[in-house]
Amino acid sequence: MLFITAFWTVDPFTGDVVRDFSLDNFRTLWEQDVYRRITLRTVGLAAAVTVTDALLALPIAYYMARVASPRTRGILVVAILTPLWASYLVKVYAWRIVLAGQGPLNWALAPFGLEGPGYTTTGTWLVFTYLWLPFMILPVYAGLERIPNSLLEASSDLGARGLGTFRRVVFPLAFPAIVAGSIFTFSLTLGDYITPQVVGNTNFIGNVVYTNVGVANNLPFAAAFATVPVLIMIVYLALARRAGAFESI
Amino acid sequence: MSRVLLRLATVATLFFIYFPLALIGLYAFNASITQGWPIESYTTAWFGEAWRDEQVRDALWMSVKAAVLATAIALALGTLASLGVARYRFFGRETISFLVILPIALPGIVTGMALNATYVRFGIDFGLLTIVIGHATFCIVLVYNNVVARLRRTSPNLEEASSDLGADSWQTFRYVTFPQLRTALLAGGLLAFGLSFDEVIVTTFTAGAEQTLPIWIFTNLARPQQLPIINVVALAVIALSIIPVWLAQRLSADPTAAGGAAGAAATARQ
Repeated sequence: MLFITAFWTVDPFTGDVVRDFSLDNFRTLWEQDVYRRITLRTVGLAAAVTVTDALLALPIAYYMARVASPRTRGILVVAILTPLWASYLVKVYAWRIVLAGQGPLNWALAPFGLEGPGYTTTGTWLVFTYLWLPFMILPVYAGLERIPNSLLEASSDLGARGLGTFRRVVFPLAFPAIVAGSIFTFSLTLGDYITPQVVGNTNFIGNVVYTNVGVANNLPFAAAFATVPVLIMIVYLALARRAGAFESI
Repeated sequence: MSRVLLRLATVATLFFIYFPLALIGLYAFNASITQGWPIESYTTAWFGEAWRDEQVRDALWMSVKAAVLATAIALALGTLASLGVARYRFFGRETISFLVILPIALPGIVTGMALNATYVRFGIDFGLLTIVIGHATFCIVLVYNNVVARLRRTSPNLEEASSDLGADSWQTFRYVTFPQLRTALLAGGLLAFGLSFDEVIVTTFTAGAEQTLPIWIFTNLARPQQLPIINVVALAVIALSIIPVWLAQRLSADPTAAGGAAGAAATARQ
């Protein structure tokens, strides 16, 4: 239904949906600079969030999988999982408080003469990173846990230091798991419109789709733009499959 | 040395994950109507205020109704789908498991749009029914995942033995299959309830003029005089969504197993 709607158009005078096949919506998307910029901005943000999450997830996942005792590990898994279920909107709202002008972040940074990002794209990036972090930690943890100890021992027997072992042995083996986590962080960022609206100041694909459904009442155009993240995800999933990520979800 | 660093990083990450949630807990007791930091004085007055607010109560009631109905549909359809996929081989079996999982792999805005377009096309009025259908699409997968995982661990021999002993298929389900699935169903149902209770994105496309609790929060964010009440409601929503999940995790023997399904399914809330 969604894909069929994308080919319809809205009559500019009556505002009614014209149910004829047409590529007008996709032509608008392709030819207008604004939409190309918004698409690039959204993909860029999704990529930035994914990379930050991977960097944040590796140490804690490594600690859980390799250092912690089984008991601590169990507690940590539950500790990471539980906030996933705390309402998404409430978490975004919590960040609205944190980033507020008179909020805790600015208060904590003030003694150092710094200022928080406030409600900007940097703020949006920070909040997305926060929201999807558990989706990255869990697969990476599962991936690291599967690495046999013998490989790490072999690496140090052959003279590799901690960092060398990490770079040459652990990271390549954990890479499929990171890609598996990135599927979540990437697709979730692509489709979101609430976070940019609450803690940001620019539009992303989701915002444009949302306004076109509601305010502008141009369902066909919204449907056409909504196919863009779907196409991006299909390409991304195909790449992820080649990286062996599907065994790691 | 590197161990100490790892431990520090772990503690820092946990702090990063938990401090915004803790903050909500503090702000719910903030006496001032402006939401500055540090909080100067504390009060419990906003809890009563929130409870007396008619809109909040209507939204809460709507959320509960939608979550209960969506969970019921998810339990029925999710169990049927998982029994079919796990116990029988038939043409299109792979397709069914793919179709059930699809709504959690798609961005929520796409699911919402698709539902919205379908409702408009067929002239279905927005209301409780459309919210419930929307929630059920992604709740089914939670029940499905939990039940399929359980069915893989239980042997079909028991069911065969039951029919060898002369039970008809309903009796076999009632006395043999169902007791084995009970905790998996309960866990899946609780997860579905928690997820439905929080959902925003799909709901904004399917609710029309009705308000669920998360939608109420979303529409009132821009009104400064409502913020103290939002703080209280936010705290209540955290409690109401975490408690069922905590129960679900305790019910399933392996907490990480429920977690895996949970993690994947939490995608749906977006």
